[in-house]
Amino acid sequence: MGAGHGHRLFFHGHSVVHRAPAHLKLVALVVFMLLVVATPHAWWAAFGGYLLVLLAVIAVSRVPVTYIVRRMVVEVPFVLFAILMPFISTGPRIDVLGVSVSEPGLIAAGGFLAKATLGVIASLTLASTTEPVDLLRGLRTLRMPDQIVQIMSFMIRYLDVVTDEMRRMVVGMRSRGCDPRSPRHWPALARTLGALFIRSYERGERVHLAMLARGYDGTMPASDR
Amino acid sequence: MHVPDGFLDAPTSIATGVVAVAGVAVALRGARKELDDRTAPLAGLVATFVFAAQMINFPVAGGTSGHLLGGVLAAVLAGPCTAVLCISVVLLVQSLLMADGGVTALGTNITLMGLVGVAVGWLVFKALITVLPRTKASVPPAAAVAALVSVPVAALAFTALFAIGGTAPVETGKVLTAMVGWHVVIGLGEAVITFLVVGAVVASRPDLVHGARHLHSADDLEIRKAAA
Repeated sequence: MGAGHGHRLFFHGHSVVHRAPAHLKLVALVVFMLLVVATPHAWWAAFGGYLLVLLAVIAVSRVPVTYIVRRMVVEVPFVLFAILMPFISTGPRIDVLGVSVSEPGLIAAGGFLAKATLGVIASLTLASTTEPVDLLRGLRTLRMPDQIVQIMSFMIRYLDVVTDEMRRMVVGMRSRGCDPRSPRHWPALARTLGALFIRSYERGERVHLAMLARGYDGTMPASDR
Repeated sequence: MHVPDGFLDAPTSIATGVVAVAGVAVALRGARKELDDRTAPLAGLVATFVFAAQMINFPVAGGTSGHLLGGVLAAVLAGPCTAVLCISVVLLVQSLLMADGGVTALGTNITLMGLVGVAVGWLVFKALITVLPRTKASVPPAAAVAALVSVPVAALAFTALFAIGGTAPVETGKVLTAMVGWHVVIGLGEAVITFLVVGAVVASRPDLVHGARHLHSADDLEIRKAAA
């Protein structure tokens, strides 16, 4: 991967967190999140502690907190679900601000929201401090099957190529008066996606031939920087 | 929709993780048969295609939008084992690089969308293809029905997991109605788009469609002796 091709969430830096081996970061993330998920709902102090740990890691990594916060929008659908949870749950009802809600539902919603938020912050911290190349190397160190790592490396490599190709096609459609969101134009959209599949597949075939021409024998050569 | 962290308890998350690892291991063996040594670049590009196709949102009822899951689409176009690998890798990249879908819920997401979604869809597709006439025209409808069935079945599987290891005290019946009802709507969108995309590829490059491969075996090349 050439220079300047960090993925969208990567925040360039040279802190201890950035330089830490990726496999250690991955193990830390999984262990941390299993701990968070195994924590009972009403242990609010524990969730506060976890948040402090994450904030400390973010502070050391020098990634601005606003950078993380702005990217937390992926969580919005679950926040909506969590708000709904106290109303549809079973158990004894209590009044909150004059509205009758289920007490266990309220606690479960709070716990779920805390865990999901911690999960999103922890994942964002990993994504903003780890370059894809290092992540792939980390997964390989952790004995992830080589085929999976290879497929993943191709996906990361060609992500921008293929999404840009699709964006150009959609721009072309829009400039001809087609609205891809409207079901009326789905046939046109589907032909576009069909063409995108054929182009992606043929690109894969070309890449494979190019790899064979350069001596590919089923394993990827180790990439050193 | 991706299951986030904290939705299912830790034992259920770990158990689905084990299921996912086993399923992906089986798919790895199968994919080598589907694509031989082209597996890595081709599955990688198909995974990228699935990811790009998921970026297109379509409106569902009430101002919300759904997007293509692409499991059945990938299975019909590239083969079921390749599809499992593609969906799994898409979920892995989304969870590690885009914070979309929890890390502890990765096994659950792979089991639901990768294994259950693709396996059910592929079985329905195979069953229909054997029943329907052996023509190109029967491939897209079979794929559409498979997509329509696979999405609510994945939602059903989620409800079962929720009943076992859910962390919210919501009645299973309510979850079932909400999840299945909602996913029938998403399944309809998935079916229409799968139908149209498979139709478009079958029309222009039927040789690339894995689910239409049985149609060309009849017209193999043959060597004939020239009249002396």
